[in-house]
Amino acid sequence: MAFVNLKNKLIQVKIVYYGPGRSGKTTNLEYIYRKFHQRIKSEMVTVKTHGDRTLFFDFLPFDIGVINGYQIKIQLYTVPGQVKYDATRRLVLRGADGIVFVADAMAVRRKMNIQSLQNLQENLASYKKNLRTTPWVLQYNKMDLRDNGIPMLPIEMLEQDLNQEFRRPYFPASALFGTNVAATLKKIILLTIASIRKELL
Amino acid sequence: MSYTLDQKQLDRIEDILKTELIDNGVRCVFLIDMAGNIITNLDNGEKQHDIYSLAALAAGNFGAVSAMAKIIGENEFSLLFHKGKKENIHFNKISSEFLLITIFGNDISLGFLRMKVGESVEQLKGLLEPLGGDHI
Repeated sequence: MAFVNLKNKLIQVKIVYYGPGRSGKTTNLEYIYRKFHQRIKSEMVTVKTHGDRTLFFDFLPFDIGVINGYQIKIQLYTVPGQVKYDATRRLVLRGADGIVFVADAMAVRRKMNIQSLQNLQENLASYKKNLRTTPWVLQYNKMDLRDNGIPMLPIEMLEQDLNQEFRRPYFPASALFGTNVAATLKKIILLTIASIRKELL
Repeated sequence: MSYTLDQKQLDRIEDILKTELIDNGVRCVFLIDMAGNIITNLDNGEKQHDIYSLAALAAGNFGAVSAMAKIIGENEFSLLFHKGKKENIHFNKISSEFLLITIFGNDISLGFLRMKVGESVEQLKGLLEPLGGDHI
């Protein structure tokens, strides 16, 4: 639910990183925070458990500059990925303008990815939204583990499991090393802003 | 669904918040939506807060407390207020989509604050109604 402030010429956009537990949603935000530190005026907010797992959400606001005379403020959130935190996950998803689905490309995580995408669809439905009309992209994370001999899901299989129905843009990535983190972010920002523009015009 | 407020609407909202709250000693007031976006914020110039982080946490906090209320069979809790040594924070739901947050010191009583917030909310409801949400 983007808010357009005509007085200050400011648009606030909410982008949510969704996906199963330990897929690398927080790592994406941490990389963005390090990489674009000069542009980010405030600290990254994290609500974590003692075990360093996301309990509620991570939050990172930053400005991407002026488009058509409007300052665009992007607000990045992550949801807690663990199954038991569904109620808080649904709260964070509220008013999301765009979504990045971060899948874990390790072979052992296949089922978790599919369940998490299903959960995303259920939670979107509670806000009368769906994956057909909401801007979203997929990120297949942890690609760097391939070099360590860890069994990974082939891209074709990830696509078949998660994206066959939707055909959305996807990015093989390594959030830890920053591979395709910025590309993922750039794509979701472009898609989300295009969608908001279409909605408001 | 995205929404827009123009200069006239925002000026009117700020006028209400300034007259009812800032001029009566409130340090800082935010009008936010439940997604965590800031519609407007005013302060008395004494302190600068990280307003975007505050708004995100406030929306999350309010959502969490509302969910807790439903679990125990309450529609919602009528008072949501955190007391600190010097600063206090008060949340007031305007509708299902909007929330008014005030930060105030110990020089204002909670009762007085709640009365002024209540008066502000009544005035804000009319302005925000066209934007949707179930008003209470």
